[in-house]
Amino acid sequence: MTILQVNDIKKNFGKTEVLKGISFSLNKGEVISIIGSSGSGKTTLLRCINFLETPDKGKITVGDKVLFNSNDIKKLSDDQIRENRLHFGLVFQSFNLFPQYNVLENITLAPKLLKKGTNEEIENKAKELISQVGLEDKTNSYPCQLSGGQQQRVAIARALALNPDILCFDEPTSALDPELTGEVLRVIKGLKETGSTMIVVTHEMEFAKNVSDKIIFMADGVIEEMGTPEQIFENPQSEKTKHFLQNSLEKI
Amino acid sequence: MSFQQITSSLAGGFLENCRLFIETLLFSIPLGLIISFGSRSKFKPLSLLVKIFVWCIRGTPLMLQLFVVFYVPGLVFGIPMRNRMLAALVAFIINYSCYFSEIFRGGIESISNGQYEAGYVLGLTKTQIFFKVVLLQVIKRIVPPMANEIITLVKDTSLARVIAVSEILMSAERFAGKGLIWPLFYTGVFFLLFSGVLTLLFGYIEKKLDYFKS
Repeated sequence: MTILQVNDIKKNFGKTEVLKGISFSLNKGEVISIIGSSGSGKTTLLRCINFLETPDKGKITVGDKVLFNSNDIKKLSDDQIRENRLHFGLVFQSFNLFPQYNVLENITLAPKLLKKGTNEEIENKAKELISQVGLEDKTNSYPCQLSGGQQQRVAIARALALNPDILCFDEPTSALDPELTGEVLRVIKGLKETGSTMIVVTHEMEFAKNVSDKIIFMADGVIEEMGTPEQIFENPQSEKTKHFLQNSLEKI
Repeated sequence: MSFQQITSSLAGGFLENCRLFIETLLFSIPLGLIISFGSRSKFKPLSLLVKIFVWCIRGTPLMLQLFVVFYVPGLVFGIPMRNRMLAALVAFIINYSCYFSEIFRGGIESISNGQYEAGYVLGLTKTQIFFKVVLLQVIKRIVPPMANEIITLVKDTSLARVIAVSEILMSAERFAGKGLIWPLFYTGVFFLLFSGVLTLLFGYIEKKLDYFKS
């Protein structure tokens, strides 16, 4: 069952064409990894899907609801944009936890403000999520008392608290020390097992290979190649893909 | 004149300083916030206008501004300003709002975009993000510069003397006129005590906000 349909997304920043027509679809429960070199447009694509940027052209559909269509004359209102964003969760490269709130409060803040249930329900759910990411003993800690890996796990729990249809990750381990990436990747892998639908922008090739149902390789604002991990990693068709994989898998 | 009489006379004058201090703070903090929003406005003419206004106020002496507020209504509009305290208040509020607005602007702009974006992707409104996410972080960052400015305000209140508000220095000068100089120096104790209390208070607030880093 298709949950997300992205059609011909285009985005310019000034005169630079960052996205030159991106189309793909995602089934419920699937994990897509987006790989590609810096500046290929991966992050911009993710930001467009999360309505942090407005695409210049294209169409975004979740389930059977069209969230964005550049052919519509009417601009989206702030409220519509907020509603659209709730279909997605986004985990940032730099975590962006709220420093003045402890772990529990970081997770419960949005559900409470958006009145997603009684305080008790929201807190119980948050505690479940905290144990799901393995941080029971940090429930009352503040972000400044946590390691990067722990902060990122809190950020994942925070995104999950709103039950998004699709959870997006923007290079979730790029700001982490190598020994901390494992704990975050394990959490993401655990989510796949519980059936979460995810889009992961990543530089972790091994991870992309093991966890994804589909890989998108982006270069210069287009999808250069798309396929199963086997197709992309074992048998890439495009020269650019071959070149990129060679460079990123090179053992030094 | 006994020491006690002089003390109570000076204390009476200092009460005026305190009044000026409190009322200035009460009005200039919210007004400063509004001005900082104005100078951050995306509507260019507004932000330019606000910036020019802030430049004029920060670029001229407070003493001059006191004279302008006190004399201009009478000279230009024929409505003489009878209430000296009111004139002083108006000048102080305008002056301090502008200084505060710059501190607020700096504080607001120092918050990383990631904090706003984290709020956006969680479906929060701009108002919710400002009050529930950004504000406390801004407050934490602006406590030291605000403490500086507020302690300056304590001492600046004595400038109201130039338009003959009967504040503490003017009270002391009355004694000096009669040949008694030391009360003039004694006024320093009042300012020191007051700024001492404020220093302790701001130290306490800083410590209270020490539990998080941003």
